[in-house]
Formats: sequence, structure tokens, C-alpha cells
Amino acid sequence: MSLPKPEELARVSYQPPARGWMEVKPDFRPGTYCNAASPKWLEWIDYPYPRAWSVADEDWQLPENWKEIVLEGMEDRLARFRSLKLFFDICVRCGACADKCHFFLGTGDPKNMPVLRAELLRSVYKRYFTRLGKALGELVGARDLDESVIREWFFYLYQCTICRRCSVFCPYGIDMAEMTILGREMLASIGLNIDWALASVAQCYDKGSHIGATPQAFKDMIDFLAEENERITGIKTPVSYNRKGAEILFVTPSGDYFADPGTFTLMGYLLLFTYLDLDWTFSTYAAEGGNFGWFISHEMGKRLNAKIYHEAERLKVKWILGGECGHMWRICNQYMPTWYGQVPSFLEVPVSPITGTVFENARVHKMVHISEFTADLIRHNKLKLDPQRNAHIKLTFHDSCNTSRGMGIFEEPRYIIRNVLPEGHFFEMPPNTIREKTFCCGSSSGINANENMELRMQGGFPRANAVRYVHERYGVNHLGCICALDRATLPTLLQYWVPEVEVTGITELVGNALVFEGEIERTTDLRDRELVGVGEQEGGEEEE
Amino acid sequence: MTLKRLLSERRAAILEKWRDRVFGCYPPETAGFLRREADHFSNPVAYRLTEGLKGIYAALVGESSAEQVSAHLDEVLRIWAVQDFTPSQALAFVFFLKPILREELAGELKADAALTAELLDLESRLDGVALLGFDVYMQRREKLSELKVSEMKARISGLLRRVGVDPATL
Ligand code: SF4
Ligand code: SF4
Repeated sequence: MSLPKPEELARVSYQPPARGWMEVKPDFRPGTYCNAASPKWLEWIDYPYPRAWSVADEDWQLPENWKEIVLEGMEDRLARFRSLKLFFDICVRCGACADKCHFFLGTGDPKNMPVLRAELLRSVYKRYFTRLGKALGELVGARDLDESVIREWFFYLYQCTICRRCSVFCPYGIDMAEMTILGREMLASIGLNIDWALASVAQCYDKGSHIGATPQAFKDMIDFLAEENERITGIKTPVSYNRKGAEILFVTPSGDYFADPGTFTLMGYLLLFTYLDLDWTFSTYAAEGGNFGWFISHEMGKRLNAKIYHEAERLKVKWILGGECGHMWRICNQYMPTWYGQVPSFLEVPVSPITGTVFENARVHKMVHISEFTADLIRHNKLKLDPQRNAHIKLTFHDSCNTSRGMGIFEEPRYIIRNVLPEGHFFEMPPNTIREKTFCCGSSSGINANENMELRMQGGFPRANAVRYVHERYGVNHLGCICALDRATLPTLLQYWVPEVEVTGITELVGNALVFEGEIERTTDLRDRELVGVGEQEGGEEEE
Repeated sequence: MTLKRLLSERRAAILEKWRDRVFGCYPPETAGFLRREADHFSNPVAYRLTEGLKGIYAALVGESSAEQVSAHLDEVLRIWAVQDFTPSQALAFVFFLKPILREELAGELKADAALTAELLDLESRLDGVALLGFDVYMQRREKLSELKVSEMKARISGLLRRVGVDPATL
């Protein structure tokens, strides 16, 4: 053997020129996949084929009749989801979606082009469900379902964050996100799940939140954050739990009460509700706004979502207010009506008790996003705000996939931001990276596991690249968002790519700016950081 | 004419070839896209890689300081430390420049013997750049391990504060 030259070394092991995509098999390199789910979680939620297996194993210990299960599952889904059959049949391989996926852009792996990701499933559909494919096989892009295909599904369907960016660019609106969920369902039907998602689902189902906190721990943590509010602002922010007859049930993701910087956003909610003297309650049973269930199947998404509505019914509230969450919102707007086939009749169409605004857009699911609620308050001049208290913040805003493409909240957060920040402190990222074209955080849909770090850094790179641009150009030092998953994952992403920028929720900024009667003089923001002008004034006096 | 001036004059052509060879490390569909799409935000990998190559080149020509070389290397290597590049694959790109320089300057090298001596010197500087690159690559890999640990803490950081522990001091 001769020693290699640099060019020979550098050829990365994706797709050698002469071979078709079907022949190139995924390389399960540590850092680019999530661990297999522990059988314990499957047992908790009564999911099929619990077993201890590892992604790195040669043998995934599939059930004996796995092929039958998957093909029957596909047949069943083709009948139940018209969209699936339509998507399979109408794609014309125009390639408009090919370079729109952040995973393709970040990994450089062609199989992360949405059109090829879809082909992973479509090739099997063709082989078993179309006459042409049955007869001609590979000639028409059809292929047999074998274990290597299943491995490929597992690898690439968990390299899709269900973000829907590709569908914005597809002339037919083909939605890869839908296919990914259905593909993941089929994987789950033969016992292939990822641990991070399943653990969150099982704990939410069993205990009430993704991190498995007991009701006591939930209450304890939120009481602590209320005390923090009092320490910093001098304002008591009382919290009620499981209170029957409250007007509003407030539900927020667990990220907001256990993990910084979400905690500061939660402090903002409490301040806002106190300011308004709102009649609201938390529930220790519906203690999770997030829904990792939807990341693994429609059925599991529904099971977790139903908890919130059961609780709303039990507590006899009028409507539900949701915290800064992404997929909670998308589920309400995009899936609930189909899942239940009816609207929750025990709730009323939400009306803001402060402004009288009727949230017509929430007529079906009866849940209002906190950004809509707050924007409406500001619009009606109901909040006294001092933007100078956010003068240390130069902000750009990340449209979370679920709130933006999932259902169209674009203006509300921007309107709030403009009112709580001093003029000239808000900077947009370039147009092809925001609003409906926003780049995903790269860690959503249950793949934000620690062991999946390299993949997440690649998937989030296009987002971080745009953040870095506004940081370098305008001195932006904070990235705002209205999604708890973003608040959990973007800090890590930015520490790798743009460490100068921190992540914040928008209601945290509202909490900073809100002026109460009888408050103590604020010298810090909710994170205990000194406000602009506080230190200087004292210094100035000394000089005199 | 000195080598540096020559390199400065031929910058566009040399950089173009270097970039092209770097993109050639990717599978053909991806390489095609990296070459084609000019928008910085729609094609972030090509943009940042190009910025890195430009920076390293400027340092070689003597336009930026040696200290800045690590930052330019980082521009490239922070991407490859998370993509499918092993350290040797990630550093090979530095050496791509050697044959490109010899190719591009073939005429001048033939005509001017002094230039060859200068080029030899520059080539050994490139070896130095590659060695620095190993440090940069390793720092990025270490950063990834750090992030895994800090994220674990961040997930319960509120809880830690609740019990009086500052997550930053752990
Ligand atoms: S839904 Fe998002 S992650 Fe999935 S293929 Fe489309 S762009 Fe990529
Ligand atoms: S843009 Fe739509 S039609 Fe075109 S290749 Fe992609 S999925 Fe198919």
C-alpha cells in the first residue's frame, strides 16, 4: 500500500460518484443519531416490542414478522391519510425542495434533500403498492423492503425536524413533515424508537411533564420563581394550582420552569398575570405544554394533548392560555380538529377579560398563545412599559417553525418586541431566513438528545449563520423566540457558532419592562444583570 | 517580482481553484450545489468555507497577522469538526494549495529560479498552518464535549438555583 495523498484522504464517505442513492448506506457515526429507547419507556406507554437494543448493533432484534407489520402499516396509512398517497404520487422530482432543508445545508449529505428523504419511503410504496413498481422494480425507483431500508428510515427520519421548510418551496405543497411522522409511526410499530423522545413521552404520560417532575416539585419550582420575582421587583406574584372555577387554565412547557433561560420567561408570565389581576390557574396534571408524543405518532400526540383538555374540563375553566411554546400551538391549530372530529364544547371561545377581544382564531381549539394575548393588551394600551429596562439588549427574532410555518404567528411577537425594547434595538435577520422561510433550530421533533450533538450543530448551522450576521453587523447580543424547545436548544447551538449571543423568551422582556405601582426601584433585569444607567449614575455622582 | 506580489495578483484564480477542490470533497450533488448557490444565507457552508480560505490566503500573502490564521482556520474547521471529517480529512485542504500554486505559477517558476526558493519557503509555512489546524480542530472537538456537559446542567439549571447552587460554578 502506498501512503495516501491529501486529496485521497479528504474524500468524505458519502456518495461515490458512480453509485445510485439506493446503494449508499448510512454510516451510524456517534454524534449523528439518537440512542435506542429503553424498553422501560415502551412498557410505560404500552408501545409494541419493548427490548434492549442499540443502534450500533448489527442485529436490531426486529420482530419476526416485521416486514408484514410495516407493509400492513403502510397500507393502512395510505387508506387513512389521503395526503400520504397524494404526496407519493404527485412529486415530479423538480428539485425545488432539494436545497431548502437545513439538514442538507448543514450536513452536505444528499439524502437529506427532502426529495430523497421522501424517496426512502416512496421507493417501498412503489414496489408494493403500484403496478409499475411491482413489475419493473428498481427501473422505476422501486425497491424491496429489507432491514437495510429500515435502518435508513431510522437514520434519515430522525434527521428531519418536521419543520416544513421544504413544503414552502414545493410547487405542490408536498409536506415532508407529514411523511416523516408517518414513517416514524411505522418504525415504532416494530419497536424502533429513540430514547430521548420516548422518555419524555412516558414521563409526561405518567407524571405530567417531560422531565417527570412530581406535582410537588412542579409547585415548589414555580413558587421559587415567584419568590425571585418578589426579590427583584418587590412585587408578589401569587400562583394558584388546580383551582376549580378559575377563568383561565394556563399551560406552559416544562422547559419554562426547570431550565434557564425559560425560567425567566416564566417569571415574566407571573408578573404579567399579577399586573392584570387575571383569574387563572396552573394544573399539576396538565403541567406540560410541549408534546413529544406528536414526534413519534399521531396517536401518542393525541393522548398527551387530551390531558390538557381533560384538565380544563375538570377544573371548569372557560378557556386555555398557552405559554411560549411552538408545537403545542401547531397541534391545536393543525391537528386537533382532525384528531377529535369535534371541538371541545365544554370551553368557551376565548375572550380577553382585559380588552374584551374575542379570539376568533381560537374558536375551534379554545387556546390562545401568550404572544397573541400580550400583543392585544399592548394594542389596547393596557400595559405600562418602560423599554429602557431592556436597553442592554439588542435583539433579533427567531421565528420558530411551529409558530410561524405551523400556523402563522409572525406579527404578534414583533409587535411586542417593538414595544418593550428601546427604538433601534431590534434587528431582523435576512429575509430568506425568517418568517415562513425561517431556518429550524435543528434540534426539534425529539432529537435534541445530548448524544446527537454533532448532527444538531450541523442542522442548526444555517440558523446560526444568520444570527452571526446580525451580531457582527449590528451588535445583536440576544436571540428572542417564543418556543421553549428553542430556549432549550438554541443556547447550545449558539455557544458553538456565535457564543456572543444569548437566548431569551419574549415574555421575559415584557417582565423587565412592565411598570407596577408600588414596585421597588429596578436595578437589574430578571436575570440579575445590572440595567443600563444604574452603575453610571452612581459613578457620575462620585465624580462630581 | 516577489512571490507575495504574484500571489496577490493571482488571488482570484488561485482561490477559485482551491475552493473548487475543497468543495470536491463532498458528494457530487452537494458539490454542485456548493458551487452554484451564491446567496450567503441559502448556502452557509460554501460561504463560511470560502471566508476561511480567503483569510488563510491573506495570511499567506502577508496581509493579515499570523495570530489571525487560527481564526481563519477555525472558520473552516468548526464546520468540519461536526461534519463527517476525521482530523486528517479535515486538514488535507491546506495541502491542496501546494499543487494549485505550482500549477498556476508554472510559467513564472520556470523563468525565475529565485521564485522557487520563495515557494519552498511558503510551502513549509503551509505545513505550519496545517499543524496549527490540528490544534484548532481539537479545540472544536473539545468544545463539543464541553457543550454536552453544559447542556446537561442547563436542563436543570432552574432547579439548581432553587437549591442554592449556581449552575455556572459546577
Ligand atoms: S420538514 Fe424540515 S427537516 Fe424535514 S425534510 Fe423538510 S426542511 Fe428538512
Ligand atoms: S419540490 Fe415538491 S414536487 Fe419538487 S421534488 Fe420537492 S417534493 Fe417533489
